[in-house]
Amino acid sequence: MQNLGIEVLFEGSNMERLLGGLLVTIEISFISIVIGTILGVFMGLLRTLDSKLLKFILRLYLEVFRIIPILVWLYVVYFGFTPLLDINISGEVTSILVFSLWGAAEIGDIVRGALESMPKHQIESSKALGLSNGQIYRYILIPQALRRMLPGSINLATRMIKTTSLVVLIGVIEVVKIGQQIIELGVIKAPTASFWVYGFIFILYFLVCYPLSRLSKRYERKWQN
Amino acid sequence: MLMNLDWEFIVESLPLYGDAMWLTVKLAFWGILFSLIIGLLFSVILYYKVSVVSGVIVAYIELSRNTPLLVQLFFLYYGLPKIGLHMSEMTCAIVGLTFLGGSYMTEAFRSGIEAVSKSQIESGLSIGLSKVQLARHVILPQALAISIPSLGANAIFLLKETSIVGAIALMDLMNVAKDLIGMHYKTAESLTLLVLAYLVLILPLSLVLTWVERKVRYAEFGD
Amino acid sequence: MTDSKEILLEVQQLQKSFGDRIVLNGIDLQVGKGEVIVILGPSGCGKSTFLRCLNGLESVQGGVIQYRGQNLAEGNVDWPEVRQHIGMVFQNYDLFPHMTVIDNILLGPLQVQKRDKNEALQQAEQLLDRVGLLDRKDAYPRQLSGGQKQRIAIVRALCMNPDIILFDEVTASLDPEMVREVLDVILGLANQGMTMIIVTHEMGFAKSVGDRIVFIDQGKICEIATAQQFFTAPATERAQHFLDIFQY
Repeated sequence: MQNLGIEVLFEGSNMERLLGGLLVTIEISFISIVIGTILGVFMGLLRTLDSKLLKFILRLYLEVFRIIPILVWLYVVYFGFTPLLDINISGEVTSILVFSLWGAAEIGDIVRGALESMPKHQIESSKALGLSNGQIYRYILIPQALRRMLPGSINLATRMIKTTSLVVLIGVIEVVKIGQQIIELGVIKAPTASFWVYGFIFILYFLVCYPLSRLSKRYERKWQN
Repeated sequence: MLMNLDWEFIVESLPLYGDAMWLTVKLAFWGILFSLIIGLLFSVILYYKVSVVSGVIVAYIELSRNTPLLVQLFFLYYGLPKIGLHMSEMTCAIVGLTFLGGSYMTEAFRSGIEAVSKSQIESGLSIGLSKVQLARHVILPQALAISIPSLGANAIFLLKETSIVGAIALMDLMNVAKDLIGMHYKTAESLTLLVLAYLVLILPLSLVLTWVERKVRYAEFGD
Repeated sequence: MTDSKEILLEVQQLQKSFGDRIVLNGIDLQVGKGEVIVILGPSGCGKSTFLRCLNGLESVQGGVIQYRGQNLAEGNVDWPEVRQHIGMVFQNYDLFPHMTVIDNILLGPLQVQKRDKNEALQQAEQLLDRVGLLDRKDAYPRQLSGGQKQRIAIVRALCMNPDIILFDEVTASLDPEMVREVLDVILGLANQGMTMIIVTHEMGFAKSVGDRIVFIDQGKICEIATAQQFFTAPATERAQHFLDIFQY
């Protein structure tokens, strides 16, 4: 068989290392989503309160992430914190910090949207049925709000996984970095390595994100009506 | 803290940031323009369900939306030359942005087209409009108006995504800031300018979009 | 009856089904020039579907629709051409929201029929004047009431100079006080000899405008009679039952 170059993926522990790198990416996303969700639910609730100042501050907080690219925030924390605040901070911690804060802003917006979209007459008719406030939350509001939140939250998770690819630029050893190492080592033996390695990473990301976006679309359709 | 900034350094660095901003604007302009063209074309093809082509487009949309731009760029810039396809950094960045943005724009146009009601289409058919006339006079004008907010949001998204092109050796805002930090240790100044540069680029657009969204939501044709 | 008149449209054994569900099961109908046919029947009987078949908005599974020497039930009909002669007005008016009244009306004459702009404009203004809406010609649809929109929709169909106009429950979405202004326009057309097929639930209107009443139930024609006959002495029990329900 002619040497295609694809063998580079299977040489030694290359495959294992690449998948391990992918796991780092997923780990960072996962931790950030968990922290972001906890903070975000809290923020979303705060945003439905009747305080103009609070609303303004939290909206501003969201816009900070919507207007300035995430990579800029990664740079600000990674390059800025050590000299300015005298805190030594690794790429991993930087990533989790930035992604959690970003996630909190977005989840907060999703929670706010879900709560605000709840039709008022539902609360009124539940009251007419004699349900207590606690029961209204338990049986009427929270189940519906969760449904409304689910597609957006899954979508956010997909976006976050894709965006974690940026952490290679602040020195985190993840799948792209390991790809680069494999390419550098094999540069003489496997000159086409970068084609196969980056192609493979491309497919890996697709395999992780595609099921998630399908899931989100399905819930969106299911609960549209 | 404002007092502690080295203003002389900031003024000296401004031209560097200016050049990089110009690069960002150029990249975003071409990327958004080509994405819009692809989006319009593909959404119409999807609407008319052109059999095989539609299948290919659906596959492209999924690939493009479910992979990060950084990996797309690395594949284009480092991967493709190995099988004989060479592109300059600039071309590569524009192709990458278009590959990413095309699918987002297609979806935006498509949901606009789908929002045009069936009865509008039948009403157009009943006065004898052909398929092409129907698209031109009835479907597209309405679909475009509906799509504008999401097209705008996609444009801003693409503008932000240009921050990644530094990874394929283009001297963009990210690399300018990184270099200044590395060479002069002027971290606060470099990072402040970096944030400000993106703020200047994106904030006006974002405000215009909010305004347009409100306008589209509360008003219809005839105001 | 209109036996002596020229037959414009002839339907034979029309079959239409959605999947397994048969909606029209062998409809036969002749429409003479200048005739006004009113189709009545309970909801879901297939009367709207029948109209939609005549305008190519639904495919048919069998039968013949003979019009101008061609069979519209066949697969290779040039519908854009046919629809210039068979106009249709819908329940929800469906004016194009992004165009002014006059642009709505002129879209067909200018784009489809490629007529002279001045000539078409003149006709459009005449028609608008006739329905009392000439002063609204530069308005957008959303600035009009339902009744006004529906009158514009009728003008839009008329301005194509069709041989036949199909009316599909055109007053069903209107507030009660606006029904009259729309029905008056249709009545006016009937008096001028326009050929029309009308699906409606307005019994009084059906009685005064219809030359013949076609009563459809469960996808079949139960009865065809003059309006006079149908409303005073329907021949079938089902028609009688239908009328009883409406005489509340």
